[in-house]
Amino acid sequence: MKVELQGIHKRFGPVRANDGITLTVEGGTIHGLLGENGAGKTTLMKVLSGFLAPDAGRIVLDGEPVRFSSPAEAIARGVGMLHQDPLDFPSMPVLDNFLLGRPGGLLPDRREGRRQLRELGAQFGFDLDPDVPVAALTVGERQQLEILRLLSLGVRVLILDEPTTGISAPQKASLFATLRRLAAEGMTVLFVSHKLEEVRDLCHRVTVLRQGRVAGEVEMPAPAGDLVRLMFGQEVAGVRRGTVAPGPLVLKVEDLTLEDGRLCLEGVSAEVRAGEVVGLAGLEGSGQRPFLRACAGLLRPRQGEIWIAGERMTGQPYARFLAAGVAYLPAGRLEEGLIPGLTLTEHFVLASQGHGFFVDWAAARDRAQARIREFGIRGQPETPVEALSGGNQQRALLALLPPSLRLLLMEHPTRGLDVESSLWVWERLLERRRQGTAILFSSADLDEIFEYSDRIFVFCAGRLTRVLSTSETSVQEVGEWIAGRGEEAACPLEVER
Amino acid sequence: MTGAWRKGAGALLTGLVPVVLALAFSTLTLLVMGASPLRAYGSMVFGAFGSTAKFTDTVMAWVPLALCAAGLLLTFTAGLWNIGIEGQIVVGAICTTWAARAWQEVLPRPVLLLALLLAGMAGGGLWGLLIGALKTYGKVHEIFVGLGLNFVAVATTNFLIFGPWRTPGRATMSGTALFERQAWLPTFPGQAVGPVELVLVAVSLAVVYALLRGTRWGLSLKAMGRNPTAAHWLGVPIHRYTLMAFAGCGLFGGLAGAVQTLGLFHRLIPAISSGYGYLAILVVMLSGYRAVGVAPVAFFFAAITKGSLQLPLELQLDSALGGVLQGVLVLFVLLFQGVRARRKRWAQGE
Repeated sequence: MKVELQGIHKRFGPVRANDGITLTVEGGTIHGLLGENGAGKTTLMKVLSGFLAPDAGRIVLDGEPVRFSSPAEAIARGVGMLHQDPLDFPSMPVLDNFLLGRPGGLLPDRREGRRQLRELGAQFGFDLDPDVPVAALTVGERQQLEILRLLSLGVRVLILDEPTTGISAPQKASLFATLRRLAAEGMTVLFVSHKLEEVRDLCHRVTVLRQGRVAGEVEMPAPAGDLVRLMFGQEVAGVRRGTVAPGPLVLKVEDLTLEDGRLCLEGVSAEVRAGEVVGLAGLEGSGQRPFLRACAGLLRPRQGEIWIAGERMTGQPYARFLAAGVAYLPAGRLEEGLIPGLTLTEHFVLASQGHGFFVDWAAARDRAQARIREFGIRGQPETPVEALSGGNQQRALLALLPPSLRLLLMEHPTRGLDVESSLWVWERLLERRRQGTAILFSSADLDEIFEYSDRIFVFCAGRLTRVLSTSETSVQEVGEWIAGRGEEAACPLEVER
Repeated sequence: MTGAWRKGAGALLTGLVPVVLALAFSTLTLLVMGASPLRAYGSMVFGAFGSTAKFTDTVMAWVPLALCAAGLLLTFTAGLWNIGIEGQIVVGAICTTWAARAWQEVLPRPVLLLALLLAGMAGGGLWGLLIGALKTYGKVHEIFVGLGLNFVAVATTNFLIFGPWRTPGRATMSGTALFERQAWLPTFPGQAVGPVELVLVAVSLAVVYALLRGTRWGLSLKAMGRNPTAAHWLGVPIHRYTLMAFAGCGLFGGLAGAVQTLGLFHRLIPAISSGYGYLAILVVMLSGYRAVGVAPVAFFFAAITKGSLQLPLELQLDSALGGVLQGVLVLFVLLFQGVRARRKRWAQGE
């Protein structure tokens, strides 16, 4: 089935997740959709599979415009999606999950279902016991079940959203073989990923998304460097800052190993000095987030050591890290950092823990007013934080940080901000750096990393694979390391769990 | 101008509509049962306020309701469901009874009463702390812990009444032997209610109001209730606050248990909580999770509870009708909040 997406727009509040995306996928091909997190891949696929209604734009299947009001409708028209986290019912047996969502009478025909499950499973070499609960299956097996379910419902367009996260190498090989075979039989496969190697191995054609738009389309095989450039943008010429003489050692980690959900970090050792800015480069989910959160004391490492300014901090509670002058700025502003329903004043009071039991609201309001002016937040002390725009929420988060810091850890400090707000954020950060704060930040934007960091840590598949000095490297080189250059052993395609 | 007017009218409407609907529903129920709604409501009003004795009965129901609701404001603010409030009342009553049996003949009266009230609070507080500990360290949802411990508390009461604390020569459902007179809370002359209870309610509500409104502690509870991740990020120790919220609520629950024991029954009886803990959950919901609303709403609920006792006497109707009215009222209020939130989302184009 030929799939055409024409001018798809989808906004979430101020965020343009899809900003006029047009895409054509021929029947019987595997089409890759590549892009950083937040590039709009999942949103686009949710639109195609009926989970989200587009604000504007058309979906055309085999030349016929369609409009889905639910995923069930999309499946009825032959479009099925395998979600990043399987949408199944863990406590129910495999067979019941297989039978779910099937049109038909009040009573499911279990015997027929059992036969079909076994037959389809045998066709693809998936060995699933119909009677065990889904909770007992591995993620890979749950995917297999979901694929079989969608096939049994007569799906002709199969969407897979990051299907290789958390599955084993043999399961991945088996998945890829299945997808190739389905495509050869005429299935249209849309493969969403941010992993270059997989896209390179599997897809016939690749569309790269960046910030909600199509950055380019490439016929495979193509050099990894081309794809990286499309994902991260072009090198900005000549914006290099002079370096500040590095001060004493602020952060030292040794052999840091931990697991956070499906993300993991393996054997990371690094040192950062006062006044240094270090950019963490890498594809999303390569270990930057667990690294930052471990250094902030929000995640406990399974193995390895952390020192802050010479003091051993491994396994200490978050409060000790705060007291040691470490702060972390989360990426999810309204999820992890701000509290919807509370005003700006209330946030500032909360952030100053340990300043007496009673709150002097009049004084607190004055202090909030001062902070609001200082940080240029467009809001009043009484404004609830959810009423602020994204840029102003980011300013509020920065205003919540303690005035003097040893180490500032940030995830995507300027994601979703306009140029003016981004510049403003960095001005504040560089000011802190001049006061001797060491700054570590992750970013999906190589331009940003090159513009502001002294050194670059490249993460690949949960490891710190390369430390580069910004003045001695190029976007090209960093891109190659991000894509897992050379040393397959040092940077395997997938971290085994 | 029109916008503000419409907003005000909307708020009034959403406040009134659930009440009207709940009354309509109860009226319908009465009609179906073949009773005259007017007579039924009239007899409920009479049952709650018809005589000084009836009025003091209503007040005596209001006291534990308001005390429990004051405590529940803490756990609700922290985003926690303290279904275990019933157990906290019961354990408070048990501790008070234990202390009364031990001390009623030794201590002078003011000291004794203070000690007994504190014993109740300690019992309820520890029982609440247990829920908090099982939630934070045992990773069991607080609703299940609370429910389970409620049964344990009630079973313990029954065991004590029929076992160790049995009146020699008697084994009845009616409870332990009456306390000595000096362990009874003082009353206004000739009334069932006394000044201590009223002071306790006033102080409790004022304390909770001040805690939530004017302290860093209360603000931290509020933050944790709305977004635990962000509250943790801002430096609120979530586990410690969970424990404190449950223990704090337990103090008030235990106090309610002590008042039931010392001021109303003057002994430990099997149904010592009278279900006021569960009812207090509804009171807090109906008062919009605000301390200011708790006193009147609790009084309204106390009046319905006591007033409906008149129904079987006058109209041969079951007194459960009062419970129907309370339940339906809360349901309609919650329903309307849901509808309102949904319309707001639609208006924002989600």
